[in-house]
Amino acid sequence: MANISELKKLSSQVRRDIVRMVHAVNSGHPGGSLGCVEFFVALYNDILKHNPKNFTMDGKGEDLFFLSNGHISPVYYSVLSRAGYFPVSELKTFRKLNTRLQGHPTTHENLPGVRIASGSLGQGMSVAVGAALSKKLNKDNSVVYSLHGDGELQEGQIWEAALYAAANKIDNYIATVDYNGRQIDGDVDNVLSLGNLKAKFEAFGWTTLEIANGNDMEQVISGIKNAQTYLGKGKPVIILMRTEMGYGVDYMMGTHKWHGKAPNDDQLKAALGQLEETLGDY
Amino acid sequence: MTKYSFTEKKDTRSGFGAGLLEIGKQDANVVALCADLTESLKMDAFAKEFPDRFFQVGIAEANMIGMAAGLTIGGKIPFTGTFANFSTGRVYDQIRQSVAYSDKNVKICASHAGLTLGEDGATHQILEDIGLMKMLPNMTVINTCDFNQTKAATIAVAKHHGPVYLRFGRPAVPNFTAPDQKFEIGKAVVLTEGKDVTIIATGHLVWKAIEAEAKLAEAGISAEVINIHTIKPLDEEAILKSIAKTKCVVTAEEHQMNGGLGDSVAQLLSRKSPTPQEFVAVNDSFGESGTPDELMKKYGLETDNIIEAAKKVIKRK
Repeated sequence: MANISELKKLSSQVRRDIVRMVHAVNSGHPGGSLGCVEFFVALYNDILKHNPKNFTMDGKGEDLFFLSNGHISPVYYSVLSRAGYFPVSELKTFRKLNTRLQGHPTTHENLPGVRIASGSLGQGMSVAVGAALSKKLNKDNSVVYSLHGDGELQEGQIWEAALYAAANKIDNYIATVDYNGRQIDGDVDNVLSLGNLKAKFEAFGWTTLEIANGNDMEQVISGIKNAQTYLGKGKPVIILMRTEMGYGVDYMMGTHKWHGKAPNDDQLKAALGQLEETLGDY
Repeated sequence: MTKYSFTEKKDTRSGFGAGLLEIGKQDANVVALCADLTESLKMDAFAKEFPDRFFQVGIAEANMIGMAAGLTIGGKIPFTGTFANFSTGRVYDQIRQSVAYSDKNVKICASHAGLTLGEDGATHQILEDIGLMKMLPNMTVINTCDFNQTKAATIAVAKHHGPVYLRFGRPAVPNFTAPDQKFEIGKAVVLTEGKDVTIIATGHLVWKAIEAEAKLAEAGISAEVINIHTIKPLDEEAILKSIAKTKCVVTAEEHQMNGGLGDSVAQLLSRKSPTPQEFVAVNDSFGESGTPDELMKKYGLETDNIIEAAKKVIKRK
């Protein structure tokens, strides 16, 4: 296992990257990005068997990750760059004309690390299931991972994919839900409640696990490693990971209002004051 | 007498099924997905021969398109199969984001396109699918005319890297193209040479164009018939070459006038060589229940409609 204190240092730097990126272009999605920092840092620095320096679309022999809720691209780009997929300095091009770091992730600009476009919600689970089937056909024992927003689960296609994955024993796949309870218009419970989400996935035939605090690095790592023990047992695996939208920046927490809003100059200063620069800003 | 002959009528969807089975034997990376229409799409032979490479997804087309996109990662060549309506309109955003924008090597294979689906009526008779698909950047759009051409096209698209929309249909139609034809994506096929009018047809209207040519010849009118199986990319050179000779054109298709082959031809001609054009196509209308022949007649997609359009456009020169 990677050194936890190193991962925590990286997490602080990633949070600085996120708020600086969205501030620089006065757009983007800081809330969900901040809430998923531990997940991405753990995944790309401790969990995935991958090859950042030599990215290939097919990723044969590598674990694959699909981001279905593409709007949290700031955390994705920061972690990919700091894992070595592309230069950290490229983060300054985020959302600017001619960038590879589009507002929502895409393969169209050939950014290393990205294997599917996402942004229009609800499509990533189907893609992950297809990629998992491709691995099985290729007798490739590596694992497919995906991340989904909880609000995103309101899309019907998710449940088509969930039905398929269980019925067809897609057991080389671990999905995770960023279960922060918030979406653009407010609390998920008020916009369109997911009801008993755990019971729903269990009823669909998934091994359904939980991470009580997805902003606790140790819990995230042990939670994903626990999920790995359920691979190859004839059922897809999903982790319901409780996170706090906006985690790490006090005024962004406890509200849905920073889902898709960038901080102004003063707010940026306040945020950076709460986030230690550990590895050097881009 | 038509200049082409046929010994039997066959459905284009069976050409797809035969082509899929053959390319499946040639290339182990070819996989197929179907949304509960395996027999209708004639995918059953592939499913039986390659059960590990055939995925029955149920009535869940959006998931099917996403899964197909995922399957390409690792080198698979997925062919999705369902009716044209459920292959396009129902899953437009999935195709747009996960396939076309993501540049995934998915072959979207669509049967029962157009009015000739018949009695099921307008809910199933999509007449907008060519337009929907050709508007997507990065998408190749093919509409084949008979069994042999559909089989050849199915094999050809597997060897072409990139997203493809392959459109075919339900009824048995004259199987007149060569069984051993070389299918070149983006290449028009000049079926008859003529000097008075160019008739550009796609899909089921190609045979009707051939019939029209014969009847026009009896009336002393020389028609050049071009089979456009690839609507995008359009073979601009072949069309411009023909128009330079005939100076007028009729386009014929089992599709809406808006967004179809005729619309692509008109765009080309307005840019490169403004030319009188008449459209044999459905004019801003949904279809309805009826037999294929009744529907083609009612909506003006018959041989006689092509003849009438040809005579009309010649007068506009």
